Amino acid sequence: MAGTDHAPPPFFKRGPAPLALLTFYVAISLALFVVDLRLKSLDLLRQSIALVTDPIQRIAQTPGSLVDNALGYLRGLDDLLEENTGLKQTQLQTAPNLQRLEHLEKENERLRKLLAVKEREKAKGEVAQIMYTARDPFSHKIIVDKGQQSGIVAGQPAIDESGVVGQVTRTFPFSSEITLITDKDQTVPVQVVRTGQRSVVFGLGKGRLELRYIPANADIQEGDLLVTSGLDGIYLPGFPVARVVSIEREHSYAFARILCAPVAAVENFGEVLVLSPRQPQAPRPPDATGRSGNTGTPVKAGAN
Amino acid sequence: MQPTFSSSRILLPVRPWFIAFSLLTALLLNFLPTAQWPGIPDWVALVLCFWSIREPRRVGMGWAFVLGLMMDVADGAALGQHCLAYVLLAYIAASQSRRILWFPLAQQALQVLPMLLASQFIQLAMRMLAGADFPGWGFLIGPLIATFLWIPATFLLLLPQYQPVERDENRPL
Repeated sequence: MAGTDHAPPPFFKRGPAPLALLTFYVAISLALFVVDLRLKSLDLLRQSIALVTDPIQRIAQTPGSLVDNALGYLRGLDDLLEENTGLKQTQLQTAPNLQRLEHLEKENERLRKLLAVKEREKAKGEVAQIMYTARDPFSHKIIVDKGQQSGIVAGQPAIDESGVVGQVTRTFPFSSEITLITDKDQTVPVQVVRTGQRSVVFGLGKGRLELRYIPANADIQEGDLLVTSGLDGIYLPGFPVARVVSIEREHSYAFARILCAPVAAVENFGEVLVLSPRQPQAPRPPDATGRSGNTGTPVKAGAN
Repeated sequence: MQPTFSSSRILLPVRPWFIAFSLLTALLLNFLPTAQWPGIPDWVALVLCFWSIREPRRVGMGWAFVLGLMMDVADGAALGQHCLAYVLLAYIAASQSRRILWFPLAQQALQVLPMLLASQFIQLAMRMLAGADFPGWGFLIGPLIATFLWIPATFLLLLPQYQPVERDENRPL
């Protein structure tokens, strides 16, 4: 046997040869990698390993949270009082709108009933604390402290006080992973508030979003607010997603290049509201002959 | 075994529980919320590399594979990413262990650098091939910092094996 190291003659049992072991482990690793990325069928394995790593991770989080708690304690009464007055003032300022909103919702409900239109869905959800940002530098994900035990399932959208944060992509027994809307390949169907035009926002990584499939001559301006359109059956309509930051119109391309910044504080720590899944929508009508695709929600390649 | 083969100091044999303890500590250090700072070394890779060089018959690719799986799940990375990198790291380190230990510590560190860089590059290549976005060059600073930490890490991890310098009359050794 020509060993890879200066192996002594095989007087003693040493187990399989290093090269054989290496081949074995590399094969398993590559198989895991391909199956995990392509077929996405290893969630059970992931969850069982997470049962072991989760306690260690929680131990590792304690020094940081202890420091946070101590800082919060030392912030003092003055700051809190100030914040309290500020919050009271904002509450008072928004009160008239809120009161009228309730009235409007009732009225809207009644009118919809009169018109025999399906009622609007109400947003319900569960508040979850962000535990930490996932360490993986290739993606933009956060881990929150509610999981399967709280009835969270993959696919639920998450929002914070100002807008959409992301979508639950994996659930573990006591925590779940939310992919931020700024993650590469994460998409949100949106609508421009000012014009009502519908399109899809793609994450670019590094805290930026891009609004795609808007014609170069379309009516869109810097500062336009984009809200969820609700066409996908996942996000409820009307949540703010992003604001247009810059528009590049080049005549050689059919579409304008529109960069947006997320409205929600997606890269910060805090709390998020994980919205409950939407009621299932009416089944899609069968495709008419001669017209295929183009049904609003883009299908991600390989996600069939 | 001595810190290097050229030094005259004789070490006690390593205790298996200390190897397990140091690897678990490295895992704990990796789980600390330090993701937002660039240049934090991969502690597990460093400690694994150390033990693979120092004790290739006790720590090998099996340990590397299990630790890699745990890192993958905890990171939220693709399964198999850390596994492959660590298994290759353990293999290369073990195959080079007889040679590396002949060098002084600073030169050992220089030889460890390409191994750690390679393990980071493998992860980068795997994820880029799978379509992830580029994390920035800060991703490759970690191995450089880990190289500088080779000397203190060697000292710390060999500490339980050092014998007292002064002789005790009541002890044979």
